Amino acid sequence: MIRSELIQKIADENPHLYQRDVERIVNTIFEEITNAMARGDRVELRGFGAFSVKKRDARTGRNPRTGEAVEVEEKHVPFFKTGKLLRDRLNGHTD
Amino acid sequence: MGDKTLTRMDLSEAVFREVGLSRNESADLVEAVLQHMSDALVDGEQVKISSFGTFSVREKAARVGRNPKTGEEVPIQPRRVLTFRPSHLMKDRVAAGNKG
Repeated sequence: MIRSELIQKIADENPHLYQRDVERIVNTIFEEITNAMARGDRVELRGFGAFSVKKRDARTGRNPRTGEAVEVEEKHVPFFKTGKLLRDRLNGHTD
Repeated sequence: MGDKTLTRMDLSEAVFREVGLSRNESADLVEAVLQHMSDALVDGEQVKISSFGTFSVREKAARVGRNPKTGEEVPIQPRRVLTFRPSHLMKDRVAAGNKG
């Protein structure tokens, strides 16, 4: 499923909404999650999962082509942990 | 770096501000989005949201695990796990926003 298919499903269920509003709604949700992580905040969606930011320490990496050592700066990366309900549903537990 | 935790309520509030639907309907729409994504994943589909990231389901084979406290061997059943791969855009924005 891609973004446009998700938008279409929501639009089909809500015939009273304009398509362009459904697009704005779906885009706002994802935008809000990304913005939160860009501020260093967490987004916890019970049953679905939680988005958070993890810190990766600075390290000495290596250019895989030349084998040369390169300093890699400390950085922050997005992280997602699956919620319990979704994890259970993926494994066939319906409750 | 922020230390707030946002919930469904904050997402509904953003939808409410953006589109001007009622708070109730905004909350229902946030729920519907999460529900459709979950349903697709449970069906084994990949969910690919451009400029956000990709959720995919991976099959893990059965293996023998160990209780870390007692050292006892325990069989771990084959299972399906969800992985999220953030888009380059998200990685860049999260890296830039948390720098320094």
